[in-house]
Amino acid sequence: MDDLYREIIIEHYKNPGYRGKLDPHDFSFADSNPLCGDHIEVTLRVGAGGVISEAAFDGHGCAISQASADLLLESIIGKSLDEVKQLTKQDLLDLIGLDLGPVRLKCALLSLKVLKAGVYGLGAASDDLVD
Amino acid sequence: MTFDLTRIRKDFPILQREVRPGVPLVYLDSTATAQKPLAVLDAMEAYYRFSNANIHRGVHTLAEEATTLYEQAREKIARFIHAPSPRQLIYTRNTTESINLVAHTWARASLKSGDLIILTEMEHHSNLVPWHMLAAERNLRLEFIPVTAEGLLDLAEYQKLLEQGPRLVSFTQMSNVLGTINPAKEMIRLAHQAGALTLLDGAQSVPHFAVDVQELDVDFLAFSAHKLCGPTGIGALYGKTTLLEAMPPFLGGGDMIREVHLRSFKPNALPYKFEAGTPAIAEAVGFGAACDYLTGIGMAAIAAHEHEITAYALERLEEIPGVKVFGPGIKDKGGVAAFTLEGVHPHDVAQILDQDGVAVRAGHHCAQPLHEKFNIPATSRASFYLYSTREDVDRLVEGIYKVKKYFG
Ligand SMILES: Cc1ncc(COP(=O)(O)O)c(C=O)c1O
Repeated sequence: MDDLYREIIIEHYKNPGYRGKLDPHDFSFADSNPLCGDHIEVTLRVGAGGVISEAAFDGHGCAISQASADLLLESIIGKSLDEVKQLTKQDLLDLIGLDLGPVRLKCALLSLKVLKAGVYGLGAASDDLVD
Repeated sequence: MTFDLTRIRKDFPILQREVRPGVPLVYLDSTATAQKPLAVLDAMEAYYRFSNANIHRGVHTLAEEATTLYEQAREKIARFIHAPSPRQLIYTRNTTESINLVAHTWARASLKSGDLIILTEMEHHSNLVPWHMLAAERNLRLEFIPVTAEGLLDLAEYQKLLEQGPRLVSFTQMSNVLGTINPAKEMIRLAHQAGALTLLDGAQSVPHFAVDVQELDVDFLAFSAHKLCGPTGIGALYGKTTLLEAMPPFLGGGDMIREVHLRSFKPNALPYKFEAGTPAIAEAVGFGAACDYLTGIGMAAIAAHEHEITAYALERLEEIPGVKVFGPGIKDKGGVAAFTLEGVHPHDVAQILDQDGVAVRAGHHCAQPLHEKFNIPATSRASFYLYSTREDVDRLVEGIYKVKKYFG
């Protein structure tokens, strides 16, 4: 359990590398976790060949949700939109290296849900995106 | 009778458990749901082992016994809130359903376009959303008694709202976030003076201090068994007889009818008119046992104990740098301490506390408008009940210092 607050999580929570809002941007999406009020907005810039050149997230929430967002965005720079569409729940969990219960899983997956909804150009972020 | 905390704690098997090896449970989430004493568990098990049958239909021995147990429980619950008659005590699933029942029956039959309902800014979603839904359907107006910075209802504003001629004033007797105990009796008197009916959300009050519907003169009272040491899945609505009799039925089906023909029905008498289908029988038995259990200890003694623990908790929490407790001071507060810790999200607070077995809730506690009012997305909330101890509070405080160390 102590692992939940491993240094990497606290570090990315306190000193995120990808916090902010890109203006202008090519993609954006925002959503909240109704349980705890976590809120994340992701903005992306896409370069030649549909490759993500810049990414940023804004919002507020628990350390798990915010650190997950930061780690996720760090991992997608240089990836294509198609690769982002293929990301799974397990990819994100591997990235943050945590084993989470059902409640905290929602916190961790919020950023992936938001990212994929934005890239797919959907109107709403469905839980199906991160199943 | 003296209040014997050690003995009381022995009544609750779950308080004996460890959350994980070597880590005992510190349960500080009774506002969400209370733990259950053996008296309740045993009553429900005995019912299933010995008397289980469907009720109000059938003349065999088990059916008679089950019906008797179910109706005896109703009498106990009615007595618990000092209802004049058990026929005024309608079983529902919970507080939420009780409020919805009033919205669907009395309000739908009585309110017309432009009518006003007064609520407050500290309501639980269960006393907001049913009215949002009905207001949209019937074009009703909703107004809200403001909450002051200290977490009290602004009664001067309430008096002004009453001048607009509301039809209903529906409010919580005790806030599940701020802990505020509202002056229900006076608010009900003023509402009646203005010609309005009153609905009291008793989800947090009925479990924690003596509530007397006759003294309050309240028209409707909604509450849940699970918050007063009873089982989940059952709650109650109390109503004044003349109102209940005039109201149309709620759900249709078996038990709620006197006669059914192919194209018509006649509703049953009170309270069955509002109880369609096979009810939660074992849960009713447990609900009654819970009322007996609390009465045996004494609601005044329980309230006094919680008051002492809450005062101690406020004192200890307020000495922690970065902690801000919401709601009024101890004079107007029940056993709830919702707080924020600077720089740390409440979810992280709750998670780290859980490592040490300390169970608190984090979130908006189904009172999102109230959190918006105070401009915070969420709080952590510790809440207390008859089995809470000063050691529980000490473990909470130690835990918060540990959180500070992690995020320091
Ligand atoms: C003040 C208040 N009202 C209503 C409710 C809803 O109770 P239930 O979920 O049992 O319907 C609660 C429960 O959290 C509450 O605290």
